Amino acid sequence: MSATIPFLRSKPRSGTPLEPRRSVTLTLLCGLVLLYSLVPLLWLVLNATKTQPDLFSSFGLWFGDHFSLWDNVKTTFTYDNGIFLRWLGNTVLYVVVGAGGATLLATLAGYALAKFEFAGRRTVIAVVIGAVAVPGTALAMPTFLLFSKLGLTNTPWAIIIPSLVSPFGLYLMWTFARQAIPDEIQEAARMDGASEIRIFFQICLPLLAPGVVTVLLFTMVATWNNYFLPLIMLKDPHWYPLTLGLNAWNQQASTAGGEAIFNLVITGSLVTILPLIVAFLFLQRFWQSGLAAGGVKA
Amino acid sequence: MFTRRLRLGAGLSVLALAGALLGACGSGGSDSGGGGSASAVQDALTKGGTITVWAWEPTLKDVVKSFEKKYPKVHVKLVNAGTGNDEYTALQNSIKAGSGVPDVAQVEYYALPQFALTKSLTDLSSYGASDLDGTFSTGPWNSVHSGDGIYGLPMDSGPMALFYNKTVYDKYGLTVPKTWDEFLADAKKLHKANPKAYITNDIGDAGFTTSLIWQAGGQPFQTDGTKVKIDLADAGTTKAATMWQKLISEKLVAPTGSWSDEWYQGLANGTIASLVTGAWMPANLESGAAAAKGEWRVAPMPQYDSGSNDTAENGGSSLAVPDASKNKALAYAFLKYADVDDGVQIRVDGGAFPATTAELQSSEFQDKKFPYFGGQQVNKVLAQSADDVVDGWTYLPFQVYANSIFNDTVGKAYTSSTTLQQGLKNWQSKLVSYGNDQGFSVSSD
Amino acid sequence: MATVPLVVAGRPSRAARAVRRHRAGWSFVAPFLVAFALVFVAPIVYALWLSLFREQLIGGNHFVGLQNFADVLKDHQFWSGVRRVALFLVVQVPIMLFLALLMALAIDSARLYGSSFFRIAVFMPYAVPAVVATLMWGFMYGDRFGLVGSINDHLGTAIPDPLKPGLILASIGNIVTWEFVGYNMLIFYSALRVIPRELYEAAAIDGASELRVVTAIKVPAIRGALVVATIFSIIGSFQLFNEPSILRGLAPNAITTDYTPNLYAYSLSFSGQQYNQSATVAIVMGVVTMVVAYVVQLRGLREANR
Repeated sequence: MSATIPFLRSKPRSGTPLEPRRSVTLTLLCGLVLLYSLVPLLWLVLNATKTQPDLFSSFGLWFGDHFSLWDNVKTTFTYDNGIFLRWLGNTVLYVVVGAGGATLLATLAGYALAKFEFAGRRTVIAVVIGAVAVPGTALAMPTFLLFSKLGLTNTPWAIIIPSLVSPFGLYLMWTFARQAIPDEIQEAARMDGASEIRIFFQICLPLLAPGVVTVLLFTMVATWNNYFLPLIMLKDPHWYPLTLGLNAWNQQASTAGGEAIFNLVITGSLVTILPLIVAFLFLQRFWQSGLAAGGVKA
Repeated sequence: MFTRRLRLGAGLSVLALAGALLGACGSGGSDSGGGGSASAVQDALTKGGTITVWAWEPTLKDVVKSFEKKYPKVHVKLVNAGTGNDEYTALQNSIKAGSGVPDVAQVEYYALPQFALTKSLTDLSSYGASDLDGTFSTGPWNSVHSGDGIYGLPMDSGPMALFYNKTVYDKYGLTVPKTWDEFLADAKKLHKANPKAYITNDIGDAGFTTSLIWQAGGQPFQTDGTKVKIDLADAGTTKAATMWQKLISEKLVAPTGSWSDEWYQGLANGTIASLVTGAWMPANLESGAAAAKGEWRVAPMPQYDSGSNDTAENGGSSLAVPDASKNKALAYAFLKYADVDDGVQIRVDGGAFPATTAELQSSEFQDKKFPYFGGQQVNKVLAQSADDVVDGWTYLPFQVYANSIFNDTVGKAYTSSTTLQQGLKNWQSKLVSYGNDQGFSVSSD
Repeated sequence: MATVPLVVAGRPSRAARAVRRHRAGWSFVAPFLVAFALVFVAPIVYALWLSLFREQLIGGNHFVGLQNFADVLKDHQFWSGVRRVALFLVVQVPIMLFLALLMALAIDSARLYGSSFFRIAVFMPYAVPAVVATLMWGFMYGDRFGLVGSINDHLGTAIPDPLKPGLILASIGNIVTWEFVGYNMLIFYSALRVIPRELYEAAAIDGASELRVVTAIKVPAIRGALVVATIFSIIGSFQLFNEPSILRGLAPNAITTDYTPNLYAYSLSFSGQQYNQSATVAIVMGVVTMVVAYVVQLRGLREANR
């Protein structure tokens, strides 16, 4: 195929796949999907500015009579001796250790499964992927009993250890490692006498970076939003992650003599999703460029 | 080879874990360590120690503070392990796992028989509970008895009354109903005048329905050891179901679930005009429907026949000592403090509705004026209701399960043409098969 | 890049190198496998054990062999839950993936104004925990004081109550779609980004229209991602739990305790204390899910590797 000679080509009437024209229609249509994604979040932001009585008497998608976002935020952080801050700290702990650990474990394992030849690796992949199909919620009871015997329930380990296993992360890293690391690099480094650990950390890991960031992102979301297993494993509100804490606050109104704090639940929810969104925006640049670069190289 | 050894090692460790589990999973029984005594309780207080209390009742925080001040050697760890069912699940889980069981747990009256019958709770008679006859109002005191034992001390109670929004009633010319017939008439009048307003809300609530049956004199659940009789078609049940069905058929009850934010909204803006519920409601109204301050009043529960005064209990909890507790004497000491001694007044001051006759009958308690209710001396009505609770009611030894499937079965009456009585019949057949499955011998006639 | 010498004195023998690689391979995989054994394998083994016994509130623990399995397979509550998630699956998954694919193609086509904003914004719902998402949508679905109610009041429309029994499955489907459309879109988009530009250049030379490029180049090229996304969505559908469980508080009559198989297993364990039956349901559902996922994978990848 001869290369195209752009300046010889006459200007096309409609955009070509390589030099598309921006379309207002398409943007508007996609705008509908955008609206769909954002309206509930808009609801969250708007309602976090309302006082509790206002919540119940004003229109859902507009402000209330009093603007009390700052009050709500302050109360959220100071209610009940500042337990919300504690929950936030717990969640950060679980995410850093849990998601960080999961990414490390998945990367190590995915890399090995992709680039080493040893008997049984196909079985490992099949078993791990197969395990995803078993309903997690129904395994909760056996997991709880098991952890009970080991004395781990009601401790942070009950959250962290299950978070360390990310079958999806393993699958991602396995696929990515197969594509991103040429066999020759490993061979060459081995010839030079480098240890496997060195090869991994110094040579392969940089190549795997975009995949690592992706897995990190997904495991971060999963651990940050982890709800069901912590619900069973934790009794002590001091170890709750934010999801459990918000649920507890929400339930508080459902009891005789309980104090309804829906406005704090909503404000708390807003605060809960902000760090993840910030993390997305922040990590997205790295991951984006990495993937694009990977695409060009491939 | 290394790799083979590694795989073998991993396999063995899994088997070992499984083995440890299997070995231990058959047992699970704890050593109950002989019955206690009142003197043991005193000793425990002087010796001191630490106990863990699972409760969601907010007023207990102040009780704990005061208890620790009085007995400096005692430390109480108060944990909110969930509300109602969530806590019962946690309790069941920890009992089954044999670890992490608290020394004291808040258990609502309907759930107590279940834990008592499965031997998960301590019989408190020997610690001094058997001397407490007359300390508590009838409903709660009966509810903590199971067989020959006493398995908890009543903490609060929920004798029922009619809470109504006077402003709305006056606006639409409704009379305060003394009978259910009047209640029905008011319901029709209100909804006709304002299709957005309802006399009350209901989408199927096990506690409410069983309390209605209780008031009507029904005794659908009867237990004798492990023999259970369930008859949800007995006279009292039928009376209650027929009456309430009228409200459902004519769509006179708001299709809003209790405790949802729509419910609180309805209470605040007058579209839910009244509630027939337990005496603990004032605190919830005050905090959740603050906008309606001054509009609500309390009246006695509507009756079937004019002139009678039968009421029932709705909700309310006791404090119990799980059998697996390692510090039963100290735990009982806390129970006594919170439910009989100084703790009661502390909780009443915090807004709780007591279960002790002393408080219920005290003039200070009854004369208290509630600004939320326009200055009405609400406790007079509620204390009277406590006196009028119908005798003879019992819950199932698996009421927690029963309530969890209530909406699956009886709930259909609210969303389809099924009647309450048909729904109750379905509920009954499910309960009979569950009970038999679980080793009880359940019959239905 | 270092040059590779053909012969290096003292280089380890081939067998020794193979051993070293075996050992390294396994030691890299080991940490993951240990955690996996503890978190997945051990509970599954225990669940299998539980499914062979039956423990009663009165009467203790008995070995019942395969009786639990026979009971589950005859249990019409279980099958109604399975039928429901199967229905959910065949409707919600295609809709969600189709929407995700359209968005990914639109963003990849570079014909959107502000495409990076779209990418982030549509992905954001994924960052919202299920508890919060269900709370928000639960409010919006309220037809007395929620958004549906407000709209009905202000605009005179008659939007039906999304929480009533006839509509609630669709309402749940809506929440799940909202949560995951961005996630799937991202998977497709990253797969699209890896397509070599030469293919587009060739197509341009051939004078192919935009639509042809999409159908003949883009979609086939991301077949692998499509299959993976489908499989994970199928698995997710079979395991539907979070949204119905949280929405149950608002609609206890519409969402029964056996609404989905997972919810049924949960109720059996935690409301009924029937741990053995619960474990049995889990195992049966696991098998069903694995079979379906495997079939989809076989069909999907067979065509891709043609």
